[in-house]
Amino acid sequence: MSLRTDLGKVRGLGSAKEGVAHWWAQRLTAIALVPLMLWLVINIAHLAGADVKAVQAWIANPLTSVLLILMIVAVFHHMQLGLQVVIEDYVHTEWLKVACIIAVKFAAIALAATSLFAILKIAFAG
Amino acid sequence: MDTRERPLSPHLQVYKPQLTSILSLMHRMTGVALAVGTLLLVWWLVAASLGGEAFTTIQTIIGSWFGRLLLFGWTLALFYHLCNGIRHLFWDMGKGLDLPAAYRSGWIVIAAAIVLTISGWVCGYYSMGAL
Repeated sequence: MSLRTDLGKVRGLGSAKEGVAHWWAQRLTAIALVPLMLWLVINIAHLAGADVKAVQAWIANPLTSVLLILMIVAVFHHMQLGLQVVIEDYVHTEWLKVACIIAVKFAAIALAATSLFAILKIAFAG
Repeated sequence: MDTRERPLSPHLQVYKPQLTSILSLMHRMTGVALAVGTLLLVWWLVAASLGGEAFTTIQTIIGSWFGRLLLFGWTLALFYHLCNGIRHLFWDMGKGLDLPAAYRSGWIVIAAAIVLTISGWVCGYYSMGAL
């Protein structure tokens, strides 16, 4: 017999009131990052010692641009989800915990935006 | 309510280190290290978009022995986190949760991370014509 209310079961959000959204997003980005990171490492290894022209030509390739954009979005989303859990586990002073989480989320968005701008600039403006 | 500072479980200091616990700890540590490593990736992309001196600077830094050491550590952390992440995804599906399987997959993850890291670096040096 379950002691949960019907409404609680329908909402499915549990005691943390946020359900499995965080957990699920962490897994989705993880699955996406397996092929994306393998692709990135192989390509960067191929670019070892290459000059700026070769690197720019690689990034400007449409397939590369799109895969890099997907990689950056997945990396920074995955990163801030993971760092949030680490902060929640080890920082016990409430205001400091919240401040750290806000700093991590803002930094992730700023770094992602900077990367995306750099990729698009190379792709469109050369 | 009694709010004395009571010891909280788990008491990590009284446990003998085990492969399973060490690998779990390493997954977190490599995750945090990779988060710091993203700064290098962003710097590299920005330098490539600026070209000229900005790119020469980062190439010189990465090309130095310290830069290569950092990049090697980053590669190893990445492949460890990637392989152990796949191990976690199998656990999420309820597979490989018994102790012998957890130890077996743990050793496989270590071996795979080392093999992938060395392969990546051999590939890199080969591209530079150093091999």
